[in-house]
Amino acid sequence: MELFVFVVAGAMVLGGAVGVILSKHPVHAALSLILTLFGVAVLFVAQEANFLAAVQVIVYAGAIVVLFLFVIMLLGVDNSENLRIEPFKVQRPIAAVVGAGLFGLISAAAIVARGAKTGLQGSGLEVTGPDGSKLHDGNIKALARDLFSDHVLAFELTSVLLVIAVVGTVLLARKPRKGEQTVDTGAGALG
Amino acid sequence: MIIATVAPTTTWYLILAAMLFSIGTVGVLVRRNPLVLFMCIELMLNAVNLTFVAMARKLGDIGGQTTVFFVLVVAAAEVVVGLGIIVAILRRKPNATTDDLAELKG
Amino acid sequence: MLDVVWLIPALPLAGFLVILLFGRKMGDPKAGYFATAMVGASFVVTVGVFLDLMSRSAEARTDQVKTLFSWVTVGSLHIDLAFLADPLSLTMCLFVTGIGALIHLYAVGYMHGDPRFSKFFLYLNLFAFSMLMLVLGSNMLVTFLGWEGVGTCSYLLISFWHERDSAATAGKKAFITNRVGDWGFMMAMFFAFWAVGSLDYLHINEAAGTLSTTTATAIALFAFVGACGKSAQLPLYLWLPDAMEGPTPVSALIHAATMVTAGVYLMCRISPVLNVASSYAPTVIAIVGAATAFYAAMVALAQNDIKKVLAYSTVSQLGYMFLAVGSGAYTAAIFHMVTHAFFKALLFLGAGSVIHGVHNEQDMRRMGALRKLMPITFGTFIVGWLAIAGVPPFSGFWSKDDILLAAWDKSPVLWAVGLVTALLTAFYMTRQVIMVFYGEARWHDAHEEHGAHGDMEPHESPWTMALPLIVLAVLAFAGGIINLPFKASTERLALWLEPVVGVHDSTTAKVPFALIAVAGSLIGIGVAFAIYYYKRIKPVEPKILADAWGYDRAVSAFMGGPGRASFDAVAWADANIIDGAVKGAGQLVQESAGQARKVQSGNVRNYAAALGIGVVLLLAWFVVFRGML
Repeated sequence: MELFVFVVAGAMVLGGAVGVILSKHPVHAALSLILTLFGVAVLFVAQEANFLAAVQVIVYAGAIVVLFLFVIMLLGVDNSENLRIEPFKVQRPIAAVVGAGLFGLISAAAIVARGAKTGLQGSGLEVTGPDGSKLHDGNIKALARDLFSDHVLAFELTSVLLVIAVVGTVLLARKPRKGEQTVDTGAGALG
Repeated sequence: MIIATVAPTTTWYLILAAMLFSIGTVGVLVRRNPLVLFMCIELMLNAVNLTFVAMARKLGDIGGQTTVFFVLVVAAAEVVVGLGIIVAILRRKPNATTDDLAELKG
Repeated sequence: MLDVVWLIPALPLAGFLVILLFGRKMGDPKAGYFATAMVGASFVVTVGVFLDLMSRSAEARTDQVKTLFSWVTVGSLHIDLAFLADPLSLTMCLFVTGIGALIHLYAVGYMHGDPRFSKFFLYLNLFAFSMLMLVLGSNMLVTFLGWEGVGTCSYLLISFWHERDSAATAGKKAFITNRVGDWGFMMAMFFAFWAVGSLDYLHINEAAGTLSTTTATAIALFAFVGACGKSAQLPLYLWLPDAMEGPTPVSALIHAATMVTAGVYLMCRISPVLNVASSYAPTVIAIVGAATAFYAAMVALAQNDIKKVLAYSTVSQLGYMFLAVGSGAYTAAIFHMVTHAFFKALLFLGAGSVIHGVHNEQDMRRMGALRKLMPITFGTFIVGWLAIAGVPPFSGFWSKDDILLAAWDKSPVLWAVGLVTALLTAFYMTRQVIMVFYGEARWHDAHEEHGAHGDMEPHESPWTMALPLIVLAVLAFAGGIINLPFKASTERLALWLEPVVGVHDSTTAKVPFALIAVAGSLIGIGVAFAIYYYKRIKPVEPKILADAWGYDRAVSAFMGGPGRASFDAVAWADANIIDGAVKGAGQLVQESAGQARKVQSGNVRNYAAALGIGVVLLLAWFVVFRGML
């Protein structure tokens, strides 16, 4: 059963990825990205990371890709790229080499390290009930326990990060009112 | 149902993640549209997430999933800011590609 | 008095500076008298130093070094500006300052009326300063300073009348030919420093015994090359005849009495080194000297310009001096140098007086019968003639005889060449005397051509020119007494110079050779009279001799043709290869930087590609080499 899930989800992931890099139209690329994200969510579930799968779908597929689509629509839908031409002749071969190299090396490392043992003693992926039975929200509990005890500082920092991101983006992206200077992103020289 | 008897091991997941990562890298190097470039970066991040979750299951450590959590948050923030920049740039020059943004040319 | 030895060159230098600043105001003739006074004062100081040195014992005379200041201190090279007051240098100083003063006085009269009168004396004083530095220097570098200085002054004075193309060219020729010789001097200096570690004469001569034969030979021969350039020996003599373009006082001072003797002085100065060189070195010097003497004497007998005869005669007499040096008889060389200074200066000044008298005519074919019209000039010229012809008891006889004796000791062949040259010398000088002072007066037509000023008749010269002539005539007559060969005690010069240049003993009987030499001179005189005065025999003056064996033309052709081609090649190599290497280094850097600059394309994707490659490489290193595999 797991194999079947793996194969289907894997196909979704890879199909979506290929679709992203080969689509001429940004909207098609965004839709392929959604396919990939769903595939990854399915794989998360298969790996017993239920909460993360849910978060993946809500945040990534539901918010981030939507944001992408907003921007695409904002800036013009007929913004398609001609994939046939490539100004730097050397870029594609380098890309091929880099891609193959990365895949080969990481896979090699993964295969060779198959039986390796680390000294890690995790606390388990789930919180079990008082009598050792499986709870329906065991994963969330475990995640929360880890997040708010061992990593609470990082957690707070990410909230600060989000605030900064929001403020920054609002500043960057707003339209200049009449007589007001816009934030100079260096884009002025383009115009 | 012979196929059903073989269970995917952690290594399979890792290799799948590696594949996803390299596809994403190739996309970053090849595509010129800034938005699609960003999407390829998201692919790479997803590959990383997949790796972490697989290793978390293998090692029985919840820390891997916490890491994924954080990666998700930061990715979201990054997308927000990046898209803001892209909007600012493309507003001036609607048809700009990454090749046109060569201001730091030496 | 020895402490003020520095005054000897300083006085002419002061004269130079004063005339530089005030010369034009002083004018004609004050500037001339002032310059003469400076050199005269230098002579007085020289006499004082000389007497002081004489009062010391013989050993104490050789190492009197007076240092003015430390000149060059670089690493192990330590050179002072110092003066060495020993018998050799003082002998030179005496006749340089003495004859120099006389010639300065003569020039006051000769250059009267010249528009650049004071500039002439400016250069003359500078020359005196340089020559004295040359002679008094205690190390090779101070000598070289003077060496170059006299070369420069020679150039300035030869081309003094630079409106004449021939004069300007002659000046350049002198300077450039000297330069070729200077290369030899410099090589000798380098060798000396390399072998001994010092350029001081005292150190070099002391260490002469420890030098290897090859080094000593190298030093001696290279110094001889320098001497050939300065003293006009084969093959570097060709500047001296052309140098007659300069005013006659210049010819007398520089090219008869002083500058050209610098080469002989140098060889005597490093005589200890020459003595330990391998035996072919002095032989080479002797052969070159004898050959030059003979060659120049042959050429002199076909010349028609009064000064050119004397120029070739100078080359010939210098050849005698080098013959003496090569035979090891340094005292004889110095003796002949002194007597030659007397009679050659006398002859040149006399010639100048004649030229002045016939209103700037220099061709002897247009002179004649001047003896009644210019008696003082005639009388003194006769004295000079007899001295150079080697007729006893005039000074030239004694010095030439010493040289011939030394030549016989070295090789009878050299003696024979010397004897024949003496014969020729007597011959051509007699010819000159006859053509100028006897015979018919051929200057009538010349005067109409020249459009002479005032009176048409040749006249005697003023007292400023006549007085030096008389003084020099006395010296040319009596100069021999400084080294008479009768007894050891009468050989005063030899005794005086012995601590410096050693002694040259000869067991050959002197009297027979003296008689042969006198006979040769008389034969030469007799034949000349027979040809030119009595007109019994037809004169033989082949054109090739007048052309100086075509040597000049050969040199010009070589320099103009292959010489020029090689110069152009060297210049091209310098501009393209050497400069090209320097420029090329800069250009290389520039171009590689230009290429490297392209890495910064500003394009994000290129940077991403570079990143990607770097990541792959890093990963590969970790996986493959760090054993994660």
